[in-house]
Amino acid sequence: MPKCNSCPERTQNQNGDTVFQDPKEMISEERIWEILEEVKDPEIPVLSVTDMGIVRKVDHEGDHITVTITPTYTGCPAMDAIEENILSALKEAGMDDVHVETVLSPAWTTDWITEKGLRNLEEYGIAPPVKGTADKRTLFAKAPEVRCPHCGSKNTQMVSAFGSTACKAQYKCNECLEPFDYFKCI
Amino acid sequence: MNALQEYTLRLADNALILGQRLSEWCGHGPILEQDIALTNIALDQIGQARNLYQYAAKQIGGEANEDSLAFLRDAHEFRNLLLVEQPNGHWGDTLVRQFFFDTFNFFQYDFLRNSQDQELAAIAGKAIKEITYHAQYSAEWIIRMGDGTDESHKKVQRSLNDLWMWAGEMFEMDPVHQEMKEKGIGPDYHVILDQWNAKVNEILDIATLKRPEGDWFQTGGKKGIHTENLGFILAEMQFLPRAYPESKW
Repeated sequence: MPKCNSCPERTQNQNGDTVFQDPKEMISEERIWEILEEVKDPEIPVLSVTDMGIVRKVDHEGDHITVTITPTYTGCPAMDAIEENILSALKEAGMDDVHVETVLSPAWTTDWITEKGLRNLEEYGIAPPVKGTADKRTLFAKAPEVRCPHCGSKNTQMVSAFGSTACKAQYKCNECLEPFDYFKCI
Repeated sequence: MNALQEYTLRLADNALILGQRLSEWCGHGPILEQDIALTNIALDQIGQARNLYQYAAKQIGGEANEDSLAFLRDAHEFRNLLLVEQPNGHWGDTLVRQFFFDTFNFFQYDFLRNSQDQELAAIAGKAIKEITYHAQYSAEWIIRMGDGTDESHKKVQRSLNDLWMWAGEMFEMDPVHQEMKEKGIGPDYHVILDQWNAKVNEILDIATLKRPEGDWFQTGGKKGIHTENLGFILAEMQFLPRAYPESKW
């Protein structure tokens, strides 16, 4: 049966009467992760914050919840929106006492995007980061071989290392001639 | 103000002022992709500035916060390099300024990610990934312009010569840097100079450009003695929060 996150759970007490259980009583780490899985990145709506790997930790002590996140790029304007979205999603599920903490270290890397996240990116039309790209901190590292998310060809070419958002580069496909975004490795 | 606070502000002010300068290109880039590239770099730099100001404010305590440090200090309180406040000029001027600074910044942050100061190390560990893209980008442009047409070669060589006098300040050591170096918090900027020289010479060589010969450098930014350019930047950047304190949108 579909269940609404914001409605109290209906259960029966010992006398057989229907009672509403306050959802606050059901706080568990598992439940919090489930809710976070539904919070999307505002700029890439096919990725949830958990797919992105930006949620580093969830702690709860009774009603008090701390969600620890890490930014993708230091200047990423989506981070404030993500924090808001996490707060409101948990609030909707009846969790009011939530604190979102931001940590910088260890620094986020595209390697933390989940397999599911990588698949969703490609289906959405954004080429996912190529894992195992040579040391990203080397100047003039060899350019990765990026597959076109439209036709699958590897005959592609970078137009610019900087794209519509901090995390993307602009590419074009030499086979199907379509432009596309590449989620660049950091 | 102690040495670590001074040092944190130097890093923060460089990031903010250059970020502000680059954002002046927004809507004025020669083509869309390059307009987007410079504003992306500006965004990274302002993001890094925020982290650094938050850390500086935590150290300073009291009423200080990231906004008061960025918007309520006057020119003589800014600790940025004179290089980063220089006007954008034409595309070649902007990219030479960026090339000088990015190459320096890359080696500086490569040291800082292993700094003895945990907070600076965390900020740098994040920032170095972004700075690597910046340094690649500006070096590629120096090569493209230097080894491009006669016109682009001539123009970018002149930009190099014009901006050269601001480059030396990046490597100037003073008591603040000395203390940071001794504590393992900041690098020895003479070592950064060697790394910078090697990379810059390599790129200029590929770009068929001539390294300027001048060895006199204007300094002062680290002590708060600035060119008049900074006043104009602050006038624009600080107008809103000064005219409408506490305004939010």
